[in-house]
Amino acid sequence: MSEVLTNLGYIAACVLFIFGLKMLGRADTARRGNMISSIGMLLAVVVTLLSRGIVTYQWIAVGAIIGTLIGAIAAQRVKMTAMPEMVALFNGFGGLASLLVGWSEYHRHPDSELFTMVATSLAVLIGGITFSGSMIAFAKLAEKITGKPILFKGQQVANAALLLAALVCAVWVSLYPSQAYPIFIGLVLLSLVLGVLAVIPIGGADMPVVISLLNSYSGLAACAAGFVILNNVLIVAGCLVGASGIILTNIMCKAMNRSLANVLFSGFGAATAKKSEGYKGEAKPISAEDAYLLLEAARSVVIVPGYGMAVAQAQHAVRELGELLMANGCDVRYAIHPVAGRMPGHMNVLLAEANVPYEQLVEPQDVNPVMETVDVAMVIGANDVVNPAAREDKASPIYGMPIINVDMAKTVIILKRSMASGFAGIDNPLFFKDNARMLFGDAKATVSALVGEFKSG
Amino acid sequence: MMTLLLFVFVLSIFLGFELISKVPSQLHTPLMSGSNAISGITIVAAIMAAGVDDGHWQTTLLGTLAMALATINVVGGYLVTNRMLAMFKKKDGGAK
Repeated sequence: MSEVLTNLGYIAACVLFIFGLKMLGRADTARRGNMISSIGMLLAVVVTLLSRGIVTYQWIAVGAIIGTLIGAIAAQRVKMTAMPEMVALFNGFGGLASLLVGWSEYHRHPDSELFTMVATSLAVLIGGITFSGSMIAFAKLAEKITGKPILFKGQQVANAALLLAALVCAVWVSLYPSQAYPIFIGLVLLSLVLGVLAVIPIGGADMPVVISLLNSYSGLAACAAGFVILNNVLIVAGCLVGASGIILTNIMCKAMNRSLANVLFSGFGAATAKKSEGYKGEAKPISAEDAYLLLEAARSVVIVPGYGMAVAQAQHAVRELGELLMANGCDVRYAIHPVAGRMPGHMNVLLAEANVPYEQLVEPQDVNPVMETVDVAMVIGANDVVNPAAREDKASPIYGMPIINVDMAKTVIILKRSMASGFAGIDNPLFFKDNARMLFGDAKATVSALVGEFKSG
Repeated sequence: MMTLLLFVFVLSIFLGFELISKVPSQLHTPLMSGSNAISGITIVAAIMAAGVDDGHWQTTLLGTLAMALATINVVGGYLVTNRMLAMFKKKDGGAK
């Protein structure tokens, strides 16, 4: 295929990506958008396979078959509750692919000009950070390692020193590429270490921000790889992903009223271990029967799901309870906080899986003004996003974060495994309010018990 | 050539920000995993790395690995996004 045709194919692929992403941002066109973008990808792949310079196909086929099998099986098998881990994994693989591409280009042309070497160094650096950072995020989300921030003395100094070392390597490799193979390997290793160190100090509750940011990085890594092989389609697609990742990151940070720097560097949660005086008071536990009576009498109920619902896989039971409440003449809404769960939109995906109509999902700013009129607010496995300390306690680390004001409802029922504090390790004065009732137990078992009460009552 | 690439780069960044400025929260996850699949575009570079026979087995090895990883990213990313969006879709028709 001539170079002109190849490039025309790439332009068409870019257009398909742009349309695809645009449509992905609207509910009624999202699915088609995703398909259009996948057609763009297919086109880019086919055009590349047909282009000049590709002479052997067996290794491409080996890689493609392995990748397709793993990718397709993983995508079919993954549970919706495990979606954050899956996205982190896929993302990391993309980053590593960009790193390897950069490496292989360098191996072939160790005497490239400055511009190419700068791009190669960036592809390796960003790709490496994306990969190892995503793997740590995966391990945290899958609870293979602790979700708590891992901090040590002089961490920020160490990180800064490593970053500086990586940049020195990158500059060296760029200026003297032909004698810098060991330095290049050093750059690869440093970038991997940096990714690990960048993510370990970030707590589980901040994972939505981290995942969006790593998503952005994977795009930028692809973009850098585009500069290495002088290919526009990589640059355009990579930039689009980079921008969308940054936008999501911003939305998540705003939802927590924190700056990106604060999320990345503060080791949130661990720092609060010193704890002020703690909130005094007595939590009032109730039984499932009592909770049933409250719900049965309620005319309006707001359900606030959180990560606990995902862990307990309780979304189907929750939907069933919601339907029974509606059949009972009650108005049911689900209030979704943007950072509830472990990735952007986590709760929406789970409730969609359980067939909750999305007209019933509301955002905090829509439900907060009418919270006083709500009879029962039911908190299922959420904690920090309903913590009134964010409103009342200037000393609290989450002070200023927009929350769902469940404490203003007439009654709050909090489903919780125990009195332990949330992921961020912050005390929650909500539990000690006069209108709060604690319903202890596994979320799924508890909600199922409530469903049972409704069916027998 | 490189100024042209930088030109494309800068315009694409702006385009990206314009394109995705307002997204409803229910679509945050699909947008993330869908754009994640697009970042697998590095597969194009992987094909070139794996498909050029220049006598270095190392570049072929690196290229093949990159190919496998990028393919996981692309195939897995698009399929999982489609699976999620199918769940959203079902309610459109089934909403009472």
